[in-house]
Amino acid sequence: MLNKKLFLNQKLFDHDALTKPTRDGFGEALVELGNTNKDVVVLTADLSESTRTQEFQNNFPNRFFEIGVAEQNMAAIAAGLAVSGKIPFISSYAVFSPGKNWETIRTTIVYNRANVKIAGHHAGIMTGADGATHQATEDIALTRVLPGLSVFVPCDSIEAKKIILESAQIDGPVYLRFSRDKTPIITTNKTPFEVGKPQVFWETNNPKVTIFATGYMTYNALLAAKILEQKQIEILVVNVATIKPVNESEIVELAKRSGRVVSVEDHQVMGGLGGMISEILAKNSPLPIEFIGLQDTFAESGNPKDLIKKYKMDEESIIEAVYKVIER
Amino acid sequence: MDIPTLTQEKLKDLELKANRARELVIDMLLEAGSGHSAGSLGMADIFVSLFFHILNHNPKKPNLVGRDRLILSNGHICPIYYAVLAMSGYFEISELKTLRKINSRLQGHPHRTSLPGLESTSGPLGEGISQAIGIALSGKLDRKKYHTYVIASDGEQQEGNTWEAVMFAAKHKLDNLTLIIDRNNIQIDGFTENIMPLEPLKEKYLSFNWNVIEIDGNNIKEFVESVRTAIAFTKKPTVIIANTIPGKGVSFMEKDFTWHGKSPNQEEAKKALNELRTLQGRIQSENQ
Repeated sequence: MLNKKLFLNQKLFDHDALTKPTRDGFGEALVELGNTNKDVVVLTADLSESTRTQEFQNNFPNRFFEIGVAEQNMAAIAAGLAVSGKIPFISSYAVFSPGKNWETIRTTIVYNRANVKIAGHHAGIMTGADGATHQATEDIALTRVLPGLSVFVPCDSIEAKKIILESAQIDGPVYLRFSRDKTPIITTNKTPFEVGKPQVFWETNNPKVTIFATGYMTYNALLAAKILEQKQIEILVVNVATIKPVNESEIVELAKRSGRVVSVEDHQVMGGLGGMISEILAKNSPLPIEFIGLQDTFAESGNPKDLIKKYKMDEESIIEAVYKVIER
Repeated sequence: MDIPTLTQEKLKDLELKANRARELVIDMLLEAGSGHSAGSLGMADIFVSLFFHILNHNPKKPNLVGRDRLILSNGHICPIYYAVLAMSGYFEISELKTLRKINSRLQGHPHRTSLPGLESTSGPLGEGISQAIGIALSGKLDRKKYHTYVIASDGEQQEGNTWEAVMFAAKHKLDNLTLIIDRNNIQIDGFTENIMPLEPLKEKYLSFNWNVIEIDGNNIKEFVESVRTAIAFTKKPTVIIANTIPGKGVSFMEKDFTWHGKSPNQEEAKKALNELRTLQGRIQSENQ
């Protein structure tokens, strides 16, 4: 059942449960930060509406910079602002930033230890109709390998807001991943958030499998858990909002509680959350793992729901993976 | 802060310092066994002018809030940068010998947080002007008086990022930013005009709404005067296209693109140092 200690949204499974895009949480948090911290500046590359930076622009026009369609320029300008004491948030689609401008981020922001927050939007196949060109499914892998870069993937708009406010407190570069569509509100304002801490959202006494999920896909994992509950199969669903730096020993402990693992993410199965979990377990406690995510392929245009089903990231596919890992 | 008048005495002093910086560059590159000779030597006059006459800076307080900022975009010519930093007193001259070696603060390409005096991390080309823009923008936001200088190579004018930055600086009328382009006409694979022509470079910048000054980059007086003009200019960023001789001061390196990314061997270094110490035969070296 939903972990009572975390004050999660009890109406989560209702048919009229609240939904909101995680990027909305980003926009709201930026305005809040704008009010409380005069060093916060925002840069966008011709995507202010869809990356939700317009409210900040309206409220703080002098601290908002429209860079135009130039993501490399945006990253390096932000680096310059950061070494001069500002806290820049740069905002674009994840395919372009950190996709197109990856080396600029590597050199001028991460290696340079510049205090820049990189917001990558429209991540995952959830982006839908725009097609594979605009669906960033490699960005966790791209960012996770950069030394000293923190990586966060919020599961809903409320967690997104908390993470953004927290990221401004981190003295160093951060990557933040957002998705386009409305997704269910899983947490509440009372749900605690702690950098690095994986949180058990679905708790059981004798779990057979531990699901590690990230981003809005945590909801699909919770749906799977609920269906499995009716079949008397107990599992854990762990929301991993911090990809880096993660508390490794807690990941190991949670995996060992069941002895079997399924990773769930809207990202390539290589190099993302599943990769991170595998590396940690291989070092500490090798366990069987099944991977839910994009299976080394590009997706296509379509309705997000249809895409999630076709590319086997829906609750049915997660349940299949749970059965499969139990049989191994 | 205003740039002081350049007296004959000061000019002579700067010329001798530039020669000394060139000697240090040769010493460093010989010791390192790899590195970029031509650009480092070609830019000695400009670096020395900046650090010993133009910049408002304090080697004892490298993080001074109001200091002028210098960003080196083409990080590969860092030997000359390191040489003038050491000569200015940011660190000991003896440390120059650690260039490119393990456990050194003098990385093969500059790393901001490794060494006092560095304002950016650079090497991958085309990124310096953007970083300088961020620093200049921050200065405008905070109404600080510092001036931001950025040195870029001519080869990196081929990078798309350069022109993204050039557009932005004009849009924001960054008159607290001065770009100095080392127009030495060479890059690793050959002459710029054969690899990917840049001309007409001056007209390119004019059409992007920049103030453009073209000078002899190995003439200290001309350079100092061009900077004086640049910082007085308002409502536009200024680019100083500095025509330099790659390898300047060492006859067999001058204008030869093969010296772009090469360091001298023992024999070549000896010959180079002899030329520098005798000011190309004009005076006698104490070692002769």
